Amino acid sequence: MDTTLLRIENLSKTFATVKANDNISLEVNKGEVVALLGENGAGKSTLVKSVFGLVKPDSGTITIKGEVIEAGDTAAAIRHGIGMVHQHFQLVPVMSVAENIILGDEPHKGAFISYAEARESVKELSDKFGLDIDPDAIVEDLPVGLQQRVEILKALRKNVDLLILDEPTAVLTPQEIEELLQVIRNLSSQGVGIIFITHKLREVLAVADRIVVLRNGKSVGTATPKESTESSLAQLMIGREVIFRLDKKEAKPGAVVLEIDDLYVKDDRKLMSVNGLSLSLHAGEILGVAGVEGNGQRELVEALTGMRPTVKGSFSILGEVAIGKNPHAIHTMGVSHVPEDREKDGLIATLSIDENLVLNQYKNPPFAKGWIRNIAAVNSYAAKMIEKFDVRTPSGKYPINSLSGGNKQKVVIAREMSQDSKIIIASQPTRGIDIGSIEFIHNQLLASRDSGVAVLLVSAELDEILSISDRIAVMYGGKIVAILDPHDVDRTQIGRLMAGATQ
Amino acid sequence: MKLKVTRDVLVPIASVLVALAIGAILIASQGHSPMTAYHVLIVKGFQSTAGLQSTLSKAGILIMSGLAITIGLRAGLFNIGAQGQVLSGALAFTYVGYRLHGLPIWIHLPVALVVGAAFGALVGGFAGFLKATRGVHEVISTIMLNSIMAGVVDYLTQNQFRLQGQPNTRTPEILHSARLPHIFGYPSGFLIAVLLAFFVSWVLKKTTTGFEFESVGRNRNAAWYAGISVKKTIVLGMLVSGAIAGFTGAIFSSETTGYFVPAFYSGIGFDGITVALLGRANPKALIPGAIFIGGMRSAQSAIQFEAGVAPDIINLLLALVLFFATAPFLAKLLKSNAKSITTTSGWGS
Repeated sequence: MDTTLLRIENLSKTFATVKANDNISLEVNKGEVVALLGENGAGKSTLVKSVFGLVKPDSGTITIKGEVIEAGDTAAAIRHGIGMVHQHFQLVPVMSVAENIILGDEPHKGAFISYAEARESVKELSDKFGLDIDPDAIVEDLPVGLQQRVEILKALRKNVDLLILDEPTAVLTPQEIEELLQVIRNLSSQGVGIIFITHKLREVLAVADRIVVLRNGKSVGTATPKESTESSLAQLMIGREVIFRLDKKEAKPGAVVLEIDDLYVKDDRKLMSVNGLSLSLHAGEILGVAGVEGNGQRELVEALTGMRPTVKGSFSILGEVAIGKNPHAIHTMGVSHVPEDREKDGLIATLSIDENLVLNQYKNPPFAKGWIRNIAAVNSYAAKMIEKFDVRTPSGKYPINSLSGGNKQKVVIAREMSQDSKIIIASQPTRGIDIGSIEFIHNQLLASRDSGVAVLLVSAELDEILSISDRIAVMYGGKIVAILDPHDVDRTQIGRLMAGATQ
Repeated sequence: MKLKVTRDVLVPIASVLVALAIGAILIASQGHSPMTAYHVLIVKGFQSTAGLQSTLSKAGILIMSGLAITIGLRAGLFNIGAQGQVLSGALAFTYVGYRLHGLPIWIHLPVALVVGAAFGALVGGFAGFLKATRGVHEVISTIMLNSIMAGVVDYLTQNQFRLQGQPNTRTPEILHSARLPHIFGYPSGFLIAVLLAFFVSWVLKKTTTGFEFESVGRNRNAAWYAGISVKKTIVLGMLVSGAIAGFTGAIFSSETTGYFVPAFYSGIGFDGITVALLGRANPKALIPGAIFIGGMRSAQSAIQFEAGVAPDIINLLLALVLFFATAPFLAKLLKSNAKSITTTSGWGS
């Protein structure tokens, strides 16, 4: 009997001039977990979107259970038993779990929705696949891990044979990741084929039956977890050997440069998000703030950089109270800021790379003399930065939009790290970028720290925090719940603290 | 950069051609000859000296009102209220123009022009102030200000500023010391408008204020992050936009009307929107479009008399030009939105 579930043959897709997928062939068997591994821009998302019908490939065929499915047609993909859990959940926050799951295909009695039947079918599904959940809970009250479970159940209800998970672990705590991996194993034992996208090597090794590595749109290799190590996979991903060990010397912390005292900050929904937080940052150290996203990290960073008003409490920069100052004033006090959302805050998409490199210095000499800007000075400075920070572009005249995520981030890093700052506040500095760029940015942060700069690193990637921090502050519920030494903690301990457990 | 040239030059030209083609069908359907109509348009609009003078004079006004809209668009503001600002600037200019006696032209004219621009700026700046402090959208506030200004100038023209002993409602005549001189028989307003276009282009490209406009217009969050005061830029953007609109009204009064009657100014602010969109919010690129529309406007009555085409057809043609100039732009916008729903890839790439 043929156990092949999905067969992709010679699939190619070109966006403008970029070959996102170049002649890729791939098979998934029944009950098999295939991990798609690759740097950002390697073509993973494009490939699975082609399978789910969100992208229409230029050539190649997709066959499921021996039937060719129409390209670029989501409805056809669903009909053929393909389900996809997106990176960003597609849930209605104010509705219950059961309501979300039946949405679009509601069981009804006459003209009315039969909620009893809905609850029943949710129960049935969660029992069958071991996905425990309360059908009457309101989605917005659930933690992210359970919301994801709702997404998975929604897909399973449509009797999927193949489930695509697009970076499902990006927003989860370590414990939630463990639970998700268990769910994946359960599903595969029931015969569901799974395509699992991630760039976290540990997860790949833990759950995959087979690993397919993409690079620059091509399939460059297949491996099994047994015969692979993290470094062999990384080497396949970026095409050269990666040194995971960073050039990290002993830190020499100096005086306190940033002192936060009992700070309160509200979020966009006017709810208190930073709740009486106190913290001090020393010159010459990297202080890593670990925490599950949504525990006030964003609001903390925005308050410290002048982008968000504070409610109560105070913070001072180099001994000077900095409450109520605007971003420009804080920047002038010696604070650089790598914002969490580079597209929204850090860059102006349609301006050139050159302009973006001087975005917060456009008024300063030599880039302007009084009212008149010196474009030549901007361009020559930008050319140096592009060279020094290895921004891959033919010219700085192109709009920043033409760059990949990693190169955009290098532009932000180049701008923020070249300004003789005393403090660098870096929020998710390596999110969504490739390993080569991550390594580069980590080394830049370490070099700054060695030159006596204080670095506040906020990141949802525990590995990042563990590998470059000198001290780790765990943030939960708008407070720092623990300060740890990275040398004598383990991941589960931090994970528990991140999830709100007391020590 | 090359891509941009194709888009910015070919699209407006194509939209004009398509509009003319549809116009031809409409004219033919009315039983007139489109060839005659377009021939008259070319002769009366561009070939005869009088026609060219009139075309350039109108084009100058269109360039300036187009610039008023353009500078707002660059700062991310849609100043629908240029019309009200034109009226306010025109009436203020006219008042100074007939009230101040005994000044030489090189004092009287500049002072009156500055007063005109200042009153336009006042109206525009008020909308900017409402947006910056209270979050009132400028489209809403400027539309309402249009009505308010129309009422105010009507009232003033009928009462305080009215020339007594005249059957029709109008202000006294603007003195010669506040009239724009012609240069070799050609309107100097056009020259001023072209210089202004180059100046606005230079400001946007080469000054810190221009950079602030561009940054706020493209991404307010990033501008704020970069240390630009978004509120100040919004107020300044509306202030400058209003000043140019007020200046437009002043130049028009000085060069063309000679005294103030509200109806003279109808449509100037709105034609500015057409011109700005046809020029794709590029201060220099809007000049050809303004000349073309100026030509159509100045040949309008000739086309009516000589080819029998109703003047409404010319208005229809202008509307078609606007439609085709902006439709591809809109289509692209909608398409890229649709695309972004389906093909956004992972975090930030």
